[in-house]
Amino acid sequence: MRLLLLAGWLALAPPALAEVAVPPVKARVTDLTGTLSAEQKGELESRIAAYEARRGSQIAVLMLPTTKPEEIEQYSIRVAEAWKIGRKGVDDGLILIVAKDDRRLRIEVGYGLEGVIPDSVAKRVIDERITPRFRNGDFYGGVRDGVDQLIKLAEGEKLPAPKAAAAKSEPPPVSMFDFAIGALFFAGIAGLFLKKMLGRFLGSLAVAAGLGLLAWLLFELVTGVITAIIAFLISITNVGTGRGGFYSSGSGGWSGGSSSGGSSSSWSGGGGSFGGGGSSGSW
Amino acid sequence: MRNLLLGLIAALSLAGCGYNDFQRLDEGVKAAWSEVLNNYQRRADLIPNLVATVQGAADFEKSTLIEIAKARASVASINATPELVNDPEAFAKFQAAQAQMTSALSRLLAVAENYPQLTATKEFGELRVELAGAENRISVARGRYIKAVQEYNILARQFPTNLTAMLFGYKPKANFSVDNEKAIAAPPKVDFSKPAKK
Repeated sequence: MRLLLLAGWLALAPPALAEVAVPPVKARVTDLTGTLSAEQKGELESRIAAYEARRGSQIAVLMLPTTKPEEIEQYSIRVAEAWKIGRKGVDDGLILIVAKDDRRLRIEVGYGLEGVIPDSVAKRVIDERITPRFRNGDFYGGVRDGVDQLIKLAEGEKLPAPKAAAAKSEPPPVSMFDFAIGALFFAGIAGLFLKKMLGRFLGSLAVAAGLGLLAWLLFELVTGVITAIIAFLISITNVGTGRGGFYSSGSGGWSGGSSSGGSSSSWSGGGGSFGGGGSSGSW
Repeated sequence: MRNLLLGLIAALSLAGCGYNDFQRLDEGVKAAWSEVLNNYQRRADLIPNLVATVQGAADFEKSTLIEIAKARASVASINATPELVNDPEAFAKFQAAQAQMTSALSRLLAVAENYPQLTATKEFGELRVELAGAENRISVARGRYIKAVQEYNILARQFPTNLTAMLFGYKPKANFSVDNEKAIAAPPKVDFSKPAKK
């Protein structure tokens, strides 16, 4: 019976695909409506960037034509979950979403700022700073004043100081890269001994099991399994003994596993989480 | 060949037993559930104030207030503990009581529209925003709970991890029902934009 219900739910799921997709986050200001000029965008960006450098907190602005069939609240929490604006653990992110054709907007407030920007305050920012200008067609002015006011409010919260470097999520105790290097040496050297002792197949298997277990403990199961498979292949095919093959196959196997930061020029969220705080309005 | 088979079995039992996954997902469900409870509590905390404000209005319709009082009583009659998720019957009761509260509250807000001198007050305006915030947080928390339980239940039913579940007696957890899921897809309309539209 339960399974049937589950199946029914899955069958109902496809219409949900018609939802408006969450755009990738590349910049602090994302305008899909073509409302803001390049200079206006730049001006907003630099205001928010200055605040971010000063306080470490993040703000994102998204303007899009519509969120239909979803309500703006549902859409904006999906954006919040995808973009992860704000610092991890501090959760000091703010997102201003404007659905221009729906004439709806919402301020989404991260957990860490709910104290200083409770819903009623977010509502006042919308009603007093933003919508009066929107009603006159002054979208840039509304967004700018709204952002300014949000920054002023957020300054009232005691938050940890910004890190000297760009705020990034904390690295795990052992980075995947370090582990990969260590594991490859281990696979090569220990593999030689174990293969002599146990034979080629069992020796390789032992290396794979050991490394897989270690990776599981350090990271997670999937990584463990992948590690075990790679270690097994390296061991059994003897790539580990030839130096060139050792490195090339190693880096090839790992590049997919750990995603490097990529170019630092594009902006992204710092891992902040949201719980549906904030307020919505219309004009 | 036999060695290869042995290796495969070893790898499968390592990856497949899923004991740790159960622990991880169980914690996830617990966290999501307490978030749901917190947010229902947040809403419940607003009600005394809301009732007091509404009663301040001259001859406010009594039936809606009685409805609220009834809903509060049935919510209070349920001991909302973390263990509720393992008891489908109690869970269904909890869900029904909260749904009763949701509809009583939206009735109250709809009726309040007939009392312009009430809706114009600052207190009522703020309560309405706080209530909208609580409702939104509830629907976010419920959505996350639904996802967390789904993940857990899939693990509990899927082969081969269902064997682990059987071994340790892990049962699928109660989730918000399908009908309800549809209902919350459209969060209760708490419309406070009326005065602005003039």
